This record gives sequence, C-alpha cells and structure tokens, in this order.
Amino acid sequence: MDFWKRPGFWFPLLIVLVWGAVVLVVHQALMRETAFILLMAVALASSLNILLGYTGYVSFGHIVFFGLGGYMGFYLLSVQGWSLIPAAICGGLLSAVVAGLVGSAVLRLRGAYFALATIGINEAARAFVSNFGPFGGPIGLSINFSAYQRYGGAGEALWMTFILLWILTMIILVVSYLVKNSRFGLGLLAIREDEDAAMVMGVKAPRAKNITFMISAFFPGVIGTLYFFKNGNLEPGDAFQLTMSIEMLVMVMLGGMGTILGPMVGAVGYQWLRGYLLTTPVFKDLHVAVAGVILLLIILFVPAGFIGWVRDNFRRFKMVLE
Amino acid sequence: MGFVYGLAAMGLTLIWGVMEVINLAHGPVIALGMFGTYLLFTHLGLNPYAALIPVAGMGLILGLIIYVIAVHRVINAPPLSSLLSTFAVNMIIIGVCTAIFSTSPQNINYSLGSLGVAFLTINYSRLIGAAGAVLVTAGLYLFLYVTRPGKAIRAVSNNRDAAELMGIPSAKMLALSFGLGTMLAAVAGGLISTFFPFTILSGSPYELKSFVICVLGGLGNPLGALLGGLILGLLEGFIPVFMPVSWVPVFEFGLFVLVLLVRPTGLMGAD
Repeated sequence: MDFWKRPGFWFPLLIVLVWGAVVLVVHQALMRETAFILLMAVALASSLNILLGYTGYVSFGHIVFFGLGGYMGFYLLSVQGWSLIPAAICGGLLSAVVAGLVGSAVLRLRGAYFALATIGINEAARAFVSNFGPFGGPIGLSINFSAYQRYGGAGEALWMTFILLWILTMIILVVSYLVKNSRFGLGLLAIREDEDAAMVMGVKAPRAKNITFMISAFFPGVIGTLYFFKNGNLEPGDAFQLTMSIEMLVMVMLGGMGTILGPMVGAVGYQWLRGYLLTTPVFKDLHVAVAGVILLLIILFVPAGFIGWVRDNFRRFKMVLE
Repeated sequence: MGFVYGLAAMGLTLIWGVMEVINLAHGPVIALGMFGTYLLFTHLGLNPYAALIPVAGMGLILGLIIYVIAVHRVINAPPLSSLLSTFAVNMIIIGVCTAIFSTSPQNINYSLGSLGVAFLTINYSRLIGAAGAVLVTAGLYLFLYVTRPGKAIRAVSNNRDAAELMGIPSAKMLALSFGLGTMLAAVAGGLISTFFPFTILSGSPYELKSFVICVLGGLGNPLGALLGGLILGLLEGFIPVFMPVSWVPVFEFGLFVLVLLVRPTGLMGAD
C-alpha cells in the first residue's frame, strides 16, 4: 500500500481531522458553528464531486437528495422518535434508493439534457413535499424541544451533530479516494472521457453510473438529516433550494473537479468569500453580483479550478495532487 | 397566459437550438423586461405596450453584451462551463438589481378593464398579452425564414462548420441569436408585468416554466415552444378543477421529466 506516497489523499483527510479536533478541544460555540457550515460545504461538494468529477454528469438538482434525506431523517426523528444516527442513515438510504430509481431512467440522458432533468426532479420533489401530509406540507416540520434531552440537552446535541458531521466528512473523503483509485473508478473516468468508447471497452456504463449516483446521493441525505436536526425545523423552501445546488457546483468548479482536495478548497474558499463579501460594508448589497463576477472570471480563464491550475502549472505538484 | 409562457420559452429555445447553451440568465432577463417596462411607465409615462419596443431594443443589446462577455469563450466547452457562466451572469444581474430596486414588489397600475363573454370574464390586458405573443412569434418566423440573417442563423444552427465555409460569420450570427433570445425574454417579461405584480426575483419561476415548455415543444423549435406554452397554460387551468392548486407543479415537472425520458426531441420534434 503506497498510502503515504499519496499526499493528495491523506493531506485533506489530515486537515479535516486536525480541524475538527481543534474545534473539539477549544470547545467554543461560535467556532463550532463556523466549522459546521464549512464542513457541511466540504462534505456536500465532495459528495457531488463523486458524480460530477468522475463521470462528468452535471447534476443541477443535487440538493434534492439533501432535502429528501433531510425530510426522511427528520420525520423519523420528530414524529417516530428515532434517535439521530439511525434516522440519519435512513435519510441517506432513502436518498440513495430514490437516486437509484430516478437514476436508472434519467442517467440515460446525456449532457445538458441530464442537467435539465435534474432541475425538473428537484422542483417536482419540492412541489410534492409541499403537498405531502406526513411531511407537514408547506409548513414543514419542527422538532419537539424535548427530543434534545436524550442527548443531554440542546447544547450537547449540537456538539454531537458536529462530531457526526466531522466523521462523515472524513468518510466521504475516504470513499471518494477509494472510488477514484479502484477499477470501478477507472471505469467512471473512462465514461467521463468517452462513454461509448468506455462501453465498447467493457465498462458496464449504466450500472456504474447508477451506483455512482446512489453513492453521491447517500451522503447529502445524511448531511440533510444532521443539518435539519441542528436547525430544529425544516420547510420545503429550505430543503430544495436550487441556488444551494448551484453553489455546490460552484464549489467543485472553484477547487477543480475530479480531484479530492479540490472540492474542499473550493468549498472553504467559496464560503469564506461569501462571508467576507457579506460583512464588508462596500460589498454588502452587491455580494451576489461580486460572487457572480468572480465565478465568471474563473470559468472563463481558469476552467480547471484552483487545484487543476496548480497541477498544470507547477510540475512539482503534478505527481503529488490527486 | 399560455401564449406568454410560450414567448418566454421561445427565447430560451432559440438560444439552445442555435448554440446548445442553456441560458440560466433567462429568468433575470425576464425580470429586467418587467422592470424596464415599469420604469418607462412610471417615469416617462409611456404606455406599457409602447414601452415594449424600447425594452425589446435594450434586450437585444443586453443579449449581445452577455454573449460577448460570458458566452463566446465557453461555447465549445463542455455544457457545465456554459451553464455556470450564464449562471454567473444571472447572479450579477440579480445582485446589482437587488441593490438598486430592492426586492419589494412593484406593480404597473394600468388597467384596460375586462371583457365579459357569457359567463367568462377575460382581462383585456391578458388578451393583448396573448395577441402580442402570437405577433412576436409570427415576426420571429418571418425573420428566420425570409430574411438573410435569419437564414444564416438557421444555417449556423444546422451545421456551424459548413455555414462558416459558406462565408457566414458564425460568431456574429451566434451573438445575434443570443441577442434575439434575450430580447424575447425581455418582451415576455414586459407583457407579464402588465398583469402581475413582480419583484426582481420573479423571473425564476418563468425560467423554470420555460425549461418545461422548451422540452415539451422540443428544444430549439420556436413553434413548439408556443405549443408547449399553451399546453402548460391549459394544465394550469384544468388541474385545479380536480385537485388543489398546489399540486400543479408536481404534474408540470413530472411531465417534464417524463417527456425528457420518452421523447427528448419534444412533442413536435422530428429531428
């Protein structure tokens, strides 16, 4: 195992490990909240990257899995009284199952048609959930405060959510590494380059794509449950935001798709930038516009993203970065 | 209502048909059309329908600018790049306009009364909206099939390399069709603004509807867009008879995904 020779893999993992550990040691609520948002962005971007970066399929409505999984987990938590971990896993599983069903049909579409179909699925899911009685319809669900008692009060519950997210983020990084460096992953990369050629070469493209779609949908589902558990309530509008879905794409693009470190850099960079623009008086009103300008510049001039750019321009990193 | 949906979708379908770019800046342009009409109406006292003409002109220019800045470089790149670059334009427009206009709803206070036919009541403004949409469609068809630049656009959308060899400046034609696409969006926005109040964010529902319509009618087919718009308008009219209004989007987007799967070329598309 040439594990240590692959810093492109263990370096991001190490960062997340140390980062989470520092937050836990310092034990400060503000720091935890910041880290939670950042880690969530990293986790979402990385799980999208499993689909987008490896197979090249642009899922524009990936947030649908975040929303659906969140709803399922939240429903089990608040109405059925499950505890957090099984509920989150069930949320993830539901997302994966939905992805499997939807994917077997939708993944036959290519390029922009697939992107459009995913937007349609997101909107259909949002509209469906707004009308679905058990999920609270347009009002959404909210958690009974006593549910937090089981975890030793609300404060402790928040810490636990953070720890779970922290572990989950590391799991996602490991999974995306494993996928990338397996025979399966090589098949996916072949699909990205030329799907027909890959099929001729014996890659079972439909099945491979479907499995990837399911993996990439499972994690947002789990994250959704954690996030809405932390928030205490959820509404259809929050759960299926198309903008958030596009933000995920932006993060992956920023950092460089198909790499493991890339989505992480992109997610942290994007969130930092957003935070900076929001709090700077000059840009306060224009933060969306400024973010748009920056995004445009990156797409036009650095299409490979930050990590891709570094890899292409500095030979020393070429072998190191995954 | 369906006709105006169709008009909004036509801009999107034209851009897709000619250059295979999904224009995510479509919604904000519709909203800009609404605001353009609103500003001309309130500040210059222009009749909202007369205001459509300058709005159309501005839409054309805006489209050309967007094309040159954001689309031209990524037109041959994978779909993700053009999707994201038009989305960046979307963010820029929304960001700037939110800062200028804020997100409070505006309304064009201009009523034409309504027409009573037996038990139906139809607003004149809606009637004119539909007529305007039909008129613009006819104009677009004449332009695409009779005039020289129109023919050139069709040639470019058919086969860009061959058109280039025939001496058609394809970059200019692409820019022109992008401009026309945004112009249609702006006009549709102007028409919508005469019957609904709006904010700078209200373009996005129409953008989503436009996607549905384009797919229904076949991406790249302007007449299909009008038909798709009508179908959507009818659905919105009839579904509430059977079940609560809030179920309408479930059907719309369900239909959308279904059509994409079964007939990606749309209901009318043969190619």
